[in-house]
Amino acid sequence: MDAFLLQLAAGIATGGIYASVALAIVMIYQATHHVNFAQGEMATLSTFIALTFIQAGFPYWVAFGATLAVSFVMGALVERLIMRPVQHAPILTHVGVYIGMLLIIGNLTGWVFGYTTKVFPSPFEGGGPMFGGLLSAHQLGSVGVTLAVLVLVYLFFTKTSLGLAMRAAAYNPRSARLVGIRVDVMLALGWGLAAAIGSVAGMMVAPIVFLDPNMMLGILLYAFAGALLGGIDNPPGAVVGGFLVGVLENLAGAYIVGTELKLSVALVIIIGVLVLKPSGLFGRVVFSRV
Amino acid sequence: MSAIQDAPPLAAAAPRVSTARRGVWLVLGLAVALAPLWLLESFHLFQLTMAVIMSLAVLGLNIVTGYNGQISLGHGAFFAIGAYVTAILMAQADWSFYATLPFAAAVCGMVGYAVGLPALRLGGLYLALVTFSLAVAVPQLLKHRALEDWTGGVQGLFLMKPEPPAWLTARVAITPDQFMYLVALVVAALCYLLAWNLIRGRIGRALMATRDHPTAAEAMGMDIAALKTRAFAVSAMITGVAGALSAAAVEFVAPDSFTFLLSISLFVGMVVGGVASILGSVFGGLFVLFVPNIAESISRAAPGVIYGIILIVFLFALPEGVAGLVRRVLARLGGRSH
Repeated sequence: MDAFLLQLAAGIATGGIYASVALAIVMIYQATHHVNFAQGEMATLSTFIALTFIQAGFPYWVAFGATLAVSFVMGALVERLIMRPVQHAPILTHVGVYIGMLLIIGNLTGWVFGYTTKVFPSPFEGGGPMFGGLLSAHQLGSVGVTLAVLVLVYLFFTKTSLGLAMRAAAYNPRSARLVGIRVDVMLALGWGLAAAIGSVAGMMVAPIVFLDPNMMLGILLYAFAGALLGGIDNPPGAVVGGFLVGVLENLAGAYIVGTELKLSVALVIIIGVLVLKPSGLFGRVVFSRV
Repeated sequence: MSAIQDAPPLAAAAPRVSTARRGVWLVLGLAVALAPLWLLESFHLFQLTMAVIMSLAVLGLNIVTGYNGQISLGHGAFFAIGAYVTAILMAQADWSFYATLPFAAAVCGMVGYAVGLPALRLGGLYLALVTFSLAVAVPQLLKHRALEDWTGGVQGLFLMKPEPPAWLTARVAITPDQFMYLVALVVAALCYLLAWNLIRGRIGRALMATRDHPTAAEAMGMDIAALKTRAFAVSAMITGVAGALSAAAVEFVAPDSFTFLLSISLFVGMVVGGVASILGSVFGGLFVLFVPNIAESISRAAPGVIYGIILIVFLFALPEGVAGLVRRVLARLGGRSH
């Protein structure tokens, strides 16, 4: 039973990571109705930038804030410079551009910062194990950060006029433009926000899995699975989905398929959700008129 | 049939070519294809063999993604399955290479059909996502302990290329490398012929109509579900045959040869060569094999950056790929000569 609880707790902790990446995916989806394959690579790059700030002697939370800002600008720039010209191109082009960005950003990160695995500090050191050794201070802290980000995102989208404008721009660009919303600015904002959220996920996961340029590949897939499980258009759903995937992955890894096949768990979840309940657990069912 | 005629004519109404001129082209093509046998030494011939194989794999991807509009980022999986079927049958069961080819094709066709079924319910981006995760999961699955007795686990499997038969060696001096190139060339030519006949006929039009106007296509009485799943099956089959050829040419298979980067480079090859173009698949194969080397020579540290930039530049500036460029240049030359 103790072993089971330990797996459950570990699952919740990794689930927090997936939840925050899933949240970033859902953010992009809300702003653009697209899924960005390069999300993980962008988050890894942000994490390396954070490490650079920390090594330059800045206190953790200052570096954290600076990284958020840099990532935000980076995301908005990617939208402006790379996505804008192909805005109305077919989906195949978008997938191609995402793949191109994945290759470019991934390789650039490795080139600039090196491929060796690095230790990334955690802001929640020193608490020691909690709840009878079930959770480390960092795991608890990262879950807390994920939930805090979720609450902020939720408040942003529901309580601020900017959030409302962003939702409107994604939901119905033409009508949004007619009521005076600058749809293109909203798109750039959406990308910026998603990159910032992704960077939070990167900084929270790096102390656990160690920092290297390919850190995010597996995580991205779990996060996709989480986002789909919770419903791709529903931020709280994505967070719940992320936690669920974390727990499922750990339990399946421990008791069913063994650790080598953990990635396949993500695959099974993705296919299962898309085939059985494409709108996810909490998503809206979308009807399209032809 | 107006819905179909409205769709962009991708099999660009080929101008009628006289039989004599067709014959000249055929002879020229054969000469270009066979010349490397004598001109290239063993390593470069091997590379060219791999380029032929990769172009076959890109052709498979092009059928489902280019012509049928179902975006697959996981065709490396079918390539891997084809390679492993051939390797297992040759290394563990002592089959001859030729006997394994139809078997690999059949297995890949069935797996492709099975992947095509859930794909029916997924639109563009989701399908890309699912196939992408398939590509990422493949090496893990191949390494799994339950399959180790067959797949050889992490170590992989060794096999031998097919030997040139005695009746051939008796008449001409031919090395196994040269023979392998010939085998790859013949198999690829057969698959290209098959794909070309499929695309230019009724089925090809139906595939493109399903891609461009699914609703209209269905209203014309086309069975969308059957078309899409069968397109996936044929596509997987062709890519699987390419995988089988590669196993023989490399004489070795291992899980880490089939990472998600393989799937991605097939996709990039298709985009750069030309989406929905048979000729484009040939360029795609050449790109997949030779451009990584060129990229490495430009920037040793970050070849992926060059690769990614080439992909994005093509998408921005030349969305029809190299094949589209060639077509445009030929059209302009043709226009001038009149």
